[in-house]
Amino acid sequence: MPGLYSSNSEVDLDRHDYLHESSPEAHGKLLLHDLLDISPILSEAAGAIVDDSFTRCFKSNPPEPWNWNVYLFPLWCLGVLTRYVVLFPLRVVLLFAGWLIFLPSFSLVHFLLRKNDKLRRQLERYLVEFICSVFVASWTGVVKYHGPRPSMRPKQVFVANHTSMIDFIILEQMTAFAVIMQKHAGWVGLLQSTILESLGCIWFNRTEAKDREIVVKKMKEHVEGTDNNPLLVFPEGTCVNNEYTVMFKKTPFELDCTVCPIAIKYNKIFVDAFWNSKKQSFTNHLLRLMTSWAVVCDVWYLEPQTLKPGETPIQFAERVRDIIAVRAGIKKVPWNGYWKHERPNPKHSEQKQQGFAESVLRRLQER
Amino acid sequence: MGNTSSMLTQHDIEEVQEHCNNLFSQQEIVSLYERFCQLDKNHGGFISGDEFLTVPEFVVNPLSQRLLRMLDGLNFKDFVAFLAAFSSRATVHQKIEFIFKVYDLDGNGKVTFNDMLDVLRDLAGHFISEQQRKQVLMQVLVEAGYTENSLLVLDDFVKILGMCGVKMEVEVPVD
Repeated sequence: MPGLYSSNSEVDLDRHDYLHESSPEAHGKLLLHDLLDISPILSEAAGAIVDDSFTRCFKSNPPEPWNWNVYLFPLWCLGVLTRYVVLFPLRVVLLFAGWLIFLPSFSLVHFLLRKNDKLRRQLERYLVEFICSVFVASWTGVVKYHGPRPSMRPKQVFVANHTSMIDFIILEQMTAFAVIMQKHAGWVGLLQSTILESLGCIWFNRTEAKDREIVVKKMKEHVEGTDNNPLLVFPEGTCVNNEYTVMFKKTPFELDCTVCPIAIKYNKIFVDAFWNSKKQSFTNHLLRLMTSWAVVCDVWYLEPQTLKPGETPIQFAERVRDIIAVRAGIKKVPWNGYWKHERPNPKHSEQKQQGFAESVLRRLQER
Repeated sequence: MGNTSSMLTQHDIEEVQEHCNNLFSQQEIVSLYERFCQLDKNHGGFISGDEFLTVPEFVVNPLSQRLLRMLDGLNFKDFVAFLAAFSSRATVHQKIEFIFKVYDLDGNGKVTFNDMLDVLRDLAGHFISEQQRKQVLMQVLVEAGYTENSLLVLDDFVKILGMCGVKMEVEVPVD
């Protein structure tokens, strides 16, 4: 006998349960058996306990160890030595030299060219692109860019999948984007409030609910300005392990402008670039990258998309997420990335409850 | 198999397998152990309610709170025994027994009108009023030959649910 649970067809995509298979509409008189048989719901709960797609998004899969025998092991030791004793110091020196050039130049330009705004901003852009290239070189980043480079035009926003803060640096070395970021503490926060501020970056605080409206307003103003740096957004809202994408926030898709998708895929053979902010600080993450052989990745600048007639911003977001996921070869999951930091609202179970309630009440009338 | 060990020995696996009446294969038990360790983030040897609630798929399940009362504080052996009812090797009787336990939370072997009302409330939320809930439950109970004061035991559940078979299965991913 078919169960009482069926999926709602008209549903807000934000809460759409992709995983719930639509069971056939239950018919016939309501019997005690129908009420007591909770087996499908229990199966779903047990399924979630045994394996769930959300946890899989944030798992770093360690590579298979290959250094386990007599000739591979010394080779591996030699590799470790080279990476830590030769490469790492060279990279640190490079990074240091880069900052030595950048900091005074940036300060000079920022303070001396106060009057000449246009020139100042152009120079600041070049300098930021320069220091990002230094960063990328400091972990021997081998980046292959595909597709036309972003142009500076108003009414466009760039969106990309997110794996680590280095995504921003990799994209920034090519184009000085203004990015929208979570405000951090420590030295990263310092960088944010000084240098990134000059690029026109927008800050937000995940924990503040009211914040969203302010941020949307700022974003709208930014994309409308002709002189502003192109805006880059990571709509997932959190770092994911580059094998999955979580749901995109709809904010960048309701700004009434063109959305240019960017797909980023890291090659795991060299290093796993996923930054699990719950497990390590950004400093540790950087140190790990700097003691690896290289960070190899592909960046695809994809065709700009606009809202189709009759499409909601959420559907638009999903369509763009599809484009990025297909290009980068990563899987989509229907979960909200913020649940990594806070518990999901139990209101999400209301969709199921509503379906069940309607079914019961309907069948009660049947004879 | 202490709280702090993160490696399962062959002996441990066999012990767990016996405890769940051989309803899981040894490979499945190893997979379940990996999953247990993944969920037990603070390595306490058991998965706390909070740790279960980090799984959004579980949180959105209408019966999550009820199941949490059965799951809270379970060590690995009991965790596997809990999930055993969902194995493809479990009999219909074993599955019905599990469903009975979900209703009979206080474990006294009897399911009351209120127990069934509670579950119905979890399933339908605020989309059915308290009044309607009682009405619906009454109606189907009476039609099945029971009354408001009936205390259902496991055999009753077997009779009611056994007729049409119970499909309640979960696949344990094995690498």
